[in-house]
Amino acid sequence: MSDKFNLIRHQVMWDRLISLVEEQARTLMRVAFSTVVREAGDLSAGIFDIQGRLLAQAVTGTPGHINSMARAINDFLSVFPPDKMTAGDVYFTNDPWRGTGHLFDFMVVTPTFKDGKLVALFACTAHVADIGGNGPDPNSRDVFAEGLFIPIMPLVNAGEINHWLMKLLLANSREPEKLEGDVYALIASNEAGGKRLTKMMDEYKLETIDELAAHILTASDRSMREAIAKLPKGTWRHSVTIDGFADPVELCATLTIDGQTIHIDFTGTSPVSKYGINCPIGYTHAYTSFGVKCLVAPKLANNAAVLDRIVVTAPEGVIVNAPYPAPVTARALIGQMLPDLAFGCFEKATPGRAPAEGTGASWSLRFGAGPGVTGQGGKGTPFLSQNFQSGGMGAHWLHDGMAATPYPSGVKAISVEITEALTPLVFWRKELRRDSGGAGVFRGGLGQTIEVGSREDAPFAIFARFQRVKYPAAGRGGGADGAAGTLSLASGAAVLPRGTQVIPAGERLVVEMPGGGGLGEATQRDPAAVAYDVANGYVSRQAARDHYKVVIAEDGQVDEALTAQARTAKPERAHV
Amino acid sequence: MNQSGGAFYRLAVDIGGTFTDVVLETPDGWASGKVLTTGKAPEEGVVAGLQFVLDKAGVTADKLDFIIHGTTLATNAIIERRGARTALITTHGFRDTLEFAFGQRFDQYDLELERPEPLIARPLRFEARERVAADGSALVALDEFGVRELAHKLRELDIESVAVCFMHSYRNGAHERRVREILNEEAPGLFVSLSHEVCPEIREYERTSTTVANAYVQPLMATYLGKLDKCLRDLGARSPLLMIMSSGSLTSIETAQRFPIRLVESGPAGGAILARQIAMELGASRAVALDMGGTTAKIILLTDFEPRHARSMEVARAYRFLPGSGLPLRIPVIEMIEIGAGGGSIAHVDELGRIAVGPESSGSSPGPACYGLGGSRPTVTDSDLLQGKLDPDAFAGGTMRLDTQAARAAVEAHVGAPIGVGWADAAAGVCEIVDENMANATRVHAADAGEELESRMLIATGGAGPLHAARIAEKLGMGTVVIPKAAGVGSAFGFLKAPIAYEAVHSQIAHLAKFDADAVNKGFANLRTEAEKVVRLASGDRLLRERRFADMRYRGQGHELAVELPARVYENADGAALTEIFEAQYQKSYGRRIPNLTVEALTWTLVLSAQDDESVANASTPEPAPSVAPIARTTQVFDAEVGDFVTASVIARDALPPGARFDGPALVVEDQTTIWAPSSFEGRISTGGHVILQRKSNA
Repeated sequence: MSDKFNLIRHQVMWDRLISLVEEQARTLMRVAFSTVVREAGDLSAGIFDIQGRLLAQAVTGTPGHINSMARAINDFLSVFPPDKMTAGDVYFTNDPWRGTGHLFDFMVVTPTFKDGKLVALFACTAHVADIGGNGPDPNSRDVFAEGLFIPIMPLVNAGEINHWLMKLLLANSREPEKLEGDVYALIASNEAGGKRLTKMMDEYKLETIDELAAHILTASDRSMREAIAKLPKGTWRHSVTIDGFADPVELCATLTIDGQTIHIDFTGTSPVSKYGINCPIGYTHAYTSFGVKCLVAPKLANNAAVLDRIVVTAPEGVIVNAPYPAPVTARALIGQMLPDLAFGCFEKATPGRAPAEGTGASWSLRFGAGPGVTGQGGKGTPFLSQNFQSGGMGAHWLHDGMAATPYPSGVKAISVEITEALTPLVFWRKELRRDSGGAGVFRGGLGQTIEVGSREDAPFAIFARFQRVKYPAAGRGGGADGAAGTLSLASGAAVLPRGTQVIPAGERLVVEMPGGGGLGEATQRDPAAVAYDVANGYVSRQAARDHYKVVIAEDGQVDEALTAQARTAKPERAHV
Repeated sequence: MNQSGGAFYRLAVDIGGTFTDVVLETPDGWASGKVLTTGKAPEEGVVAGLQFVLDKAGVTADKLDFIIHGTTLATNAIIERRGARTALITTHGFRDTLEFAFGQRFDQYDLELERPEPLIARPLRFEARERVAADGSALVALDEFGVRELAHKLRELDIESVAVCFMHSYRNGAHERRVREILNEEAPGLFVSLSHEVCPEIREYERTSTTVANAYVQPLMATYLGKLDKCLRDLGARSPLLMIMSSGSLTSIETAQRFPIRLVESGPAGGAILARQIAMELGASRAVALDMGGTTAKIILLTDFEPRHARSMEVARAYRFLPGSGLPLRIPVIEMIEIGAGGGSIAHVDELGRIAVGPESSGSSPGPACYGLGGSRPTVTDSDLLQGKLDPDAFAGGTMRLDTQAARAAVEAHVGAPIGVGWADAAAGVCEIVDENMANATRVHAADAGEELESRMLIATGGAGPLHAARIAEKLGMGTVVIPKAAGVGSAFGFLKAPIAYEAVHSQIAHLAKFDADAVNKGFANLRTEAEKVVRLASGDRLLRERRFADMRYRGQGHELAVELPARVYENADGAALTEIFEAQYQKSYGRRIPNLTVEALTWTLVLSAQDDESVANASTPEPAPSVAPIARTTQVFDAEVGDFVTASVIARDALPPGARFDGPALVVEDQTTIWAPSSFEGRISTGGHVILQRKSNA
């Protein structure tokens, strides 16, 4: 066999690894119980070599998990060195500093053996239904209050599930049945991956995958280096202010590109919060490197070689490098804002490439009712519900931002009918929010408006934790900011963007989600595109005239004469 | 039994994008014809083809026992956005459901992606004041006056078809039905599709998408089917016209006119039925059917001789064939996956220096570089040619000479040079990658289905399928590959073999721990009545076979497993038996049962079919006498498992009688396609005339 064809064989096996981790993820999604896993895809799956290097990750899944897992595997290897592992073992943790950043995420690692020899590790992560404590409430003062903390430990010993441990887990969960199902789903997912791998090794008569791993990582490293070499060398700084929880948070980043690596350092960022919005550094690394990769090398398959060239650092004690035992349950509030921050740096390094800011941290609607939430002795069905929804994405240099679509999170919206079937909630409206996209040559994606009440004559609570209420998504290159988010009661009273609040019986909550920022001067937008937006109700006539200087006639067409007049008139340029 | 006293005259018509195929089966054999599809009035093409075939066989239309028809007209109307001017009426506050779609990016890292435009733009999406809760109770009564006003507006806007999708209508469809009554009064002639009839299932986006697609193609399809029926009557046909659905079952023309969306992908369903027929003929209860054409490959799993069934699919994937970039449809379908891998798929080298193949295709024009029609980018067909698998002088029965130089130049420039290998290795790489893509898609599909692939038979069709099937089988650990005879007649031939069957479905959640046998028995009785009405149209008084299925899951899970139930009257105590059936299946699919959980059933399906005369082959079927296949010449072909060129025999298929045997490496050449048997395979011709490749026992 020629060496050249051997190279092609390596590529084929690489494709196979990508395919088998996809099988692993799909298995998890199919058999999981937690609604956010099965309906929204809040999970991840990957294969690692025995040195703990990520070789391939599933397409299905969410970036915060996968890039965190890529680091976490080394901690598993230090607790369970390869010579201590036995076929049929499964290990797991929900340690936020070793896993994926909060107690809800169970990370499960399974060694794969072939002919008695350890050949690879499969890992997957899923957001489980409930793990006790205060759960999603960011008011916990430390991680101990947030739920049960499981250090890295065995879950299955040589094929025997640790029943006592399982009892302990279930005794600590408000939803023990779902939790048990999720744990089994995680085990089954890794098993599926391992089975496929050993089959592939049989087919290609491999005893180890070390040579394949070397091929994957060498090829990826070369491509990543080439991608970085195309970028200018230098140092750029960018900072943004976001809502935070109680007080605004300053996020500062310094981007250094030296031709070999991309380094982002967070010195200058606000200190750790007393609320549970802090990020362990692993999670910070995950979302920062995700944003960088989207911009610099979107088509490269993600693995250790690609991630290793993106270096992320932060002094201990800032909100993006929170030390144990800081509260971290809502770390996505900060972590999911980091790609926009990285984009801000890149806009300075390579102008005309980064999208405008978007909603960032997803506007997940968490509702509940029952004792401890809406008060003891109240009428009404107790429930807890998490509903993934999102505002708009920032405008892109090729097109308008996507409406009501999460970025950087990759989760799917949960069906209203499913939520209503599981809870007493009624959604009275879920519609695009007009004029919420920042004006520009390319418009920011629209947010959405959701109006929700209860079918019962009973109160319910919202566990609010939203960004972009005080500080909206910024436009770039002269584009306008997106609309800020708002919350209110249908009767008019304001609702705070953060904190648990009770919606009284008979009242409805109105949530208007933020729009994405625009790109480029709005007065440069094609008038036909503005007319299309007005016809569709994405933009009002008034906004067309005020922001785009486009006059739409009664028949919906652009009034060319008045538009020309408006666009040439002395600009009273609003400061952006 | 039938009009001619025992023997059947069956006619099948398949309308594809380019050709309309007609196949007639008579007691003496079969005849076929191919005419150009007549885009504006497809019934004209059908009549021309039908007349041609009837004349050829000397049969008159009144002799026909039944006519089976499948068509891609609905699919193409959606893909090409050529449907009716359609409006949508939703519950107040939900007109954007269609536009929000899944609220997800279908590619994690790609900032450039855009969601395809919905079939109905926002100005034609209207709202009605009404609201039904999840338990089916009405929270807000229907604002009838508002609907009347809307009806006038729809007339002013020249709307031809309307989709009505209200929240939770799958629980209570009264408001949707009332809207139809009002529209019928105020705007007669308007086509109306109600979501609880088209797709009585929870999840508003999928239901809306399905109903909108139904409304979008309904005027076109209903009109066409009406005209076709009349044309057939005018020709003297007295037999019923039966439509083949995406599920592979048949339905009446009336049902097809109401729910034309159920006809999408009926062509590929015909292919699946053909595969089923061959699996039965060869006694292979578990198989994989691979149809690799010019642009895409379709893959179907068959278990217990049956193709897998599903209740959702996606049409018109707009963005690199990515799942999530098309329109979801929730209808009964033969489950298949389609990937951008065909003879015309274009190869290039990606940013990682890796060979990538497809989904972009050269189509038939300019086509692969070797066609010499101006194509300069390398395709799978170019690589097949360079590997020696295609004879440049005998392609398409010698009607087209392939240009090896052009293929070599294209592969060298776009694949070889960028990764630093010669044309031979580059061509080998392209084929390996496209084969791997198909194998991987099959594996992921099997994982989704909870099925194993080993020990299945691979049934390969399509222009490129027989060239690539053996390598794919090697990759999937499958030992046997079958290339059916007359694969070129395609789907229409499959239609002829379509079981006279109907699949009836209804959703009714049942907790097996508190099993209410009466309710379930009643449900199945209704389904039986519904199914029998259709099946009897074509079955005469033949015996009917009833099969039952339920989609079950552990309470709290999001995906169901379809399990077969005994077809009998149930008692309350049967809850435990049904639970056991589910858990056994679950364990088989996912390795373990989950303790302490209750099991629920969501959807119940009844399949009623006329007993076929065909039967599964058994061991006593005599093997034809073996003979040695004559070898015309030898040629050099690249064998991927060997990793080098090998000397292969070239054999003419039409010279092979049943029983003929040959040894790989070999190429078996016929007009429409070429079969590649690598070194690790040996081949023979079955009693039925199919080519069977078997992995050598020592390979």
